[in-house]
Amino acid sequence: MTLRAPPLSAVHRRADASFTDFGGWEMPVEFESIRTEHEAVRSEAGKFDVSHMGQITVDGPDATTLTQRLTTNDVTVLDPGEAQYGAITDEDGIMLDDTVVYRLPEGAADEFLFIPNAGHDGEMTERWLSERDERGLDATVTNRTEEYSMIAVQGPDAPDLLAAETDVSLAGLSRFEVADGVVAGVDSLIARTGYTGEPGFEILCPPNGAEAVWSALECQPCGLGARDTLRLEMGFLLSGQEFHPVDEPRTPYEAGIGWTVALDTEFVGRDALEGVAADGPEEKLVGIELLDRGVPRHGYDVTTPQGEPIGHITSGTMSPTLGSPIALAYVPAAYAEPDESVRVVVRGEPKKARTRSTPFLDR
Amino acid sequence: MSFDVPDDLRYLESHEWVRVAGDTAKVGITAFAQDELGDVVFVELPEEGAELTAGEDFGVVESIKAVSDVYAPVSGTVTAVNDRLRDEPELLNEDPFGDGWMLKLEVDDESETDDLLSPDAYRDQIE
Repeated sequence: MTLRAPPLSAVHRRADASFTDFGGWEMPVEFESIRTEHEAVRSEAGKFDVSHMGQITVDGPDATTLTQRLTTNDVTVLDPGEAQYGAITDEDGIMLDDTVVYRLPEGAADEFLFIPNAGHDGEMTERWLSERDERGLDATVTNRTEEYSMIAVQGPDAPDLLAAETDVSLAGLSRFEVADGVVAGVDSLIARTGYTGEPGFEILCPPNGAEAVWSALECQPCGLGARDTLRLEMGFLLSGQEFHPVDEPRTPYEAGIGWTVALDTEFVGRDALEGVAADGPEEKLVGIELLDRGVPRHGYDVTTPQGEPIGHITSGTMSPTLGSPIALAYVPAAYAEPDESVRVVVRGEPKKARTRSTPFLDR
Repeated sequence: MSFDVPDDLRYLESHEWVRVAGDTAKVGITAFAQDELGDVVFVELPEEGAELTAGEDFGVVESIKAVSDVYAPVSGTVTAVNDRLRDEPELLNEDPFGDGWMLKLEVDDESETDDLLSPDAYRDQIE
């Protein structure tokens, strides 16, 4: 299979980035070093090419009904220019993806735009089309992943950096709002969203404008490596790690995003999730901090202090900000309270650890 | 990018270096290896007195993004480990051939070094 490459591939190569295959895309994983990039975002600002994320638009008289049917959150509360986080579940309430749904500003070419994870754009377009056809809805669903580049600028300095390059009043743009405007001469959508816990924006623009936008934002280029450590410090989910329909089938309640489930709406998976909500999930995603030396990694076992297996790590790293090893893990609900003493088995050695609430950082 | 490959060392294909002087040897990982790993955050090393066998793993280097075994270039008994790496694992990134050394060995059989890569052979490998 040929890897998809972002429009800025050549720019990243000139910057001497190293690359990785992520969701079928060849993406920059590291420019300087993960630590340098991570620290830049926490203290100043960094920019990320996230053009591997999908873009799907939904238009027409039934666009709202269709999107409501396929996402867990209540899209009818969105006014033009507002966005929300939600999950996409199957009939059993198992997460197929997580997404941000944007109701685009008045005057934009499309009504709804949602962002599936890397490599999920084809599957999610099919899902929307088949639900539309099954229910005889009047909506146009278009996979625009190749028509959009996506650049995130994140960090305490991000608002000032972007303000210098755009005509959009960023002060008037609240979290999870989206506006259309010009960035570095390029017609773009600007959303106050991100995946780092810092103030910041995600800019959607045509691929032929990506280099102008990228170059205008003068700050540390960051790869997927720092993106991962930054999101992990916030306890944000990563598709394929904290949920996956086959390898890690989880409901939004297990994954800790029950707040995105609007049970008073009709969506695929609702009835199954109503039962989970009533009984409470048997297992929950919880933060873990290692007290012994070591680095928790995806797949490592979690046990009680007595050695009884109770769960496994989904993501882990050495937190560059805290200087301590942190992780996310699924454990029985009884262990999902903060400050439970557990062990993480690192290469056969049980390491002392405790559960923690997330985010690991105050943001 | 070209990496430092000191001429007075011998190398393993798995990117460890060894400096043998008489029956003692000093072992670490190469500049190329630390660059591939990225920010090193944790180093697990054997205790003094441990017996190592050439070609077998003796420890682990963890970076933010990866975990990697390290292999003994020659057989011998560990006479010293670099305790500084416990609190300053970043020495592996900053000075892999100097302050980032990992351990010292009393070598069982000096002729084992004949099986190791010369600096030129290692340069060819990482080019």
